[in-house]
Amino acid sequence: MLDRALPVLDVQGLKTVFKTRGGEVHAVNNVSFDLKAGELLGVVGESGSGKSVTMMSLLGLLPMPPAEIRAGSVMFDGEDLLNVSQEKLRSVRGGKIGFVFQDPMTSLNPVFPVGYQIAEPLRKHMGMSKKDAAIRAKELLELVGIPDADQRLLDYPHQFSGGMRQRVMIAIALACDPQVLIADEPTTALDVTIQAQILELMKELRDKLGMAVIWITHDLGVIAGIADRVMVMYGGQVVEHAPVQELFTNPQHPYTSALLKTIPSISGERAARLTVIEGQPPLVVGPPTACPFRDRCAKAMPVCALKVPPRYEIGEGHDTACFLADPLEVANAG
Amino acid sequence: MLTFTIRRLLLSIPTLLFIAFVIFMLLELAPGDPMAQMPLTIPPEVKEKMRLALGLGEPWWVRFPLWLKQFFIVEPQYWIDGIFGTNFADGAQRIISFQSRSPVFETIAQRMPQTLWVVGMSYVVGVLIALPIGIISAYKQYSVFDQTGTFVSMIGFSVPPFFSGVLLIVIFSVQLKWLPSIYDTTHQVTSWDTFLFQLKQMIMPVMVLALQTTAQVSRYMRASMLDNLGQDYVRTARAKGMTESVVVMKHVLRNSMIPVVTVIALGIPAIFGGAIITEQIFKVNGLGQLLIIALQGNDIPMVMTITFLLAVLIVMMNLIADILYGILDPRIRYD
Repeated sequence: MLDRALPVLDVQGLKTVFKTRGGEVHAVNNVSFDLKAGELLGVVGESGSGKSVTMMSLLGLLPMPPAEIRAGSVMFDGEDLLNVSQEKLRSVRGGKIGFVFQDPMTSLNPVFPVGYQIAEPLRKHMGMSKKDAAIRAKELLELVGIPDADQRLLDYPHQFSGGMRQRVMIAIALACDPQVLIADEPTTALDVTIQAQILELMKELRDKLGMAVIWITHDLGVIAGIADRVMVMYGGQVVEHAPVQELFTNPQHPYTSALLKTIPSISGERAARLTVIEGQPPLVVGPPTACPFRDRCAKAMPVCALKVPPRYEIGEGHDTACFLADPLEVANAG
Repeated sequence: MLTFTIRRLLLSIPTLLFIAFVIFMLLELAPGDPMAQMPLTIPPEVKEKMRLALGLGEPWWVRFPLWLKQFFIVEPQYWIDGIFGTNFADGAQRIISFQSRSPVFETIAQRMPQTLWVVGMSYVVGVLIALPIGIISAYKQYSVFDQTGTFVSMIGFSVPPFFSGVLLIVIFSVQLKWLPSIYDTTHQVTSWDTFLFQLKQMIMPVMVLALQTTAQVSRYMRASMLDNLGQDYVRTARAKGMTESVVVMKHVLRNSMIPVVTVIALGIPAIFGGAIITEQIFKVNGLGQLLIIALQGNDIPMVMTITFLLAVLIVMMNLIADILYGILDPRIRYD
């Protein structure tokens, strides 16, 4: 078995900004996390909370300019991905780290057959011949559950349904047996039945192939069913991070608690209304100077407007970026 | 695709017949007399006889079918006879120019090479320059290169060839005396020196026409590349670890070429129209010049035939553009 204690990916203090006419947008602020082999890390947060930008920063997939990575390190395979040559970075992309994107309808190139698109990384990273790549591409399509793989290799993306296209995307991401798979809202654009199928498929593949997965979503229901650990992001920061069981039973950050209340339940008494979190998520222009959630937080204290809360360790693998976790700050406020 | 092509070819027959009829009736209804340029000393009765001899005494419903027969049956027969030495035509009446009294197609065959050399070459040169400019401009949007390209394109769009042509003649022929201002059609390429001369006399007309082509095609190419560079599949290609050259020159370019190919194919008839003016300026005695002289002389068979050939070219290029579209874009299926 894989050594589960050893992190394959270690991100420290990542900062990404976008230069716009209205000023610098600090999309990712001091984000740190690690990922252990064979583990599934869920990343949740509203739209614009910096989930996708964080993951794209890791592999240099953001258009630069306007994006710029200010600080941080991304340790993978003994090297800092933010400081390696383009050549080296390309060999990691698609080779050792696979990426599945949100919208399967537009993520495949419409003018090339899917077989060609799956074979591309195989030929580049594994140095396979055309013939070997075609054989492997067929295996991959079968692996992700596409029937008639032989025939379908020659089909173009428009001949596949949305769910099937996402399977093709997953096949591309898995092509070179990656150590890490980053799935950026892979089921958001799909209907629930297909979503369930893709989730099942991912769980199965992770157990079979033993890779680590980062699963980005804004659907907590999905996270509950699939993740080992969860990282909650808000306003470009990690606000809470805990093992999945712990997060759902003992949320510490007011944002996490509020988020959990928004999940509609089909069991128990029918709620009169669905709970919503009042207000808008912030657009962080300029470096953050306070807690990003303070304006929408029911338990905000004066200190929340004065400085950025650090991440307080409050249990085994559980931390939260909230002053409520600091007895000293609570005493001051009280 | 084959059924589509055949269906479109069959459909183009009534289209072309209709176009031929419209051109014929326009010329028929237009004022003008083929005898207008004859010396005034010729008495009116003689002129009338000459008109009858040209077939102008017959009504249009006789002359139009006759022209159709000559164009679609007699002329191809002569053409086949000329190649295989057969005798299908059997001395049938060909389409005769009012002015030169020689078969229209023989004159056209003489003039075609000059036009093809100048127009064809300028189009090839223009497109070959335009494509890389469009690609680089889009990839490095708002760079110095892109800004320069935009500026040159604006010039190409806004300066008409009758101005840029004369300007070039003034600079390179009159002032610097580097290039000849008149295109010598009788020039034969037999040695290195004569080849250089041919090159020299072609440069100016080719450049004037190519400037327009470059301006148009490079703008389309740039816009199309920009459209595609922002697409999600480009990010996918990068996430697969593809090099920038593969991402841009394969994934993006293949998609961007789809609309540009149509523009290039449909631009071919237009460039022949543009050549009419350029040929006048540089004294290239090609098809454009032939058409102008025929128009001035009320040479109806010549005008009719050249105009109709241009119509055929337009219809064919439309068909070719559609077929290429189907080949390049797998989402389009005609059958």
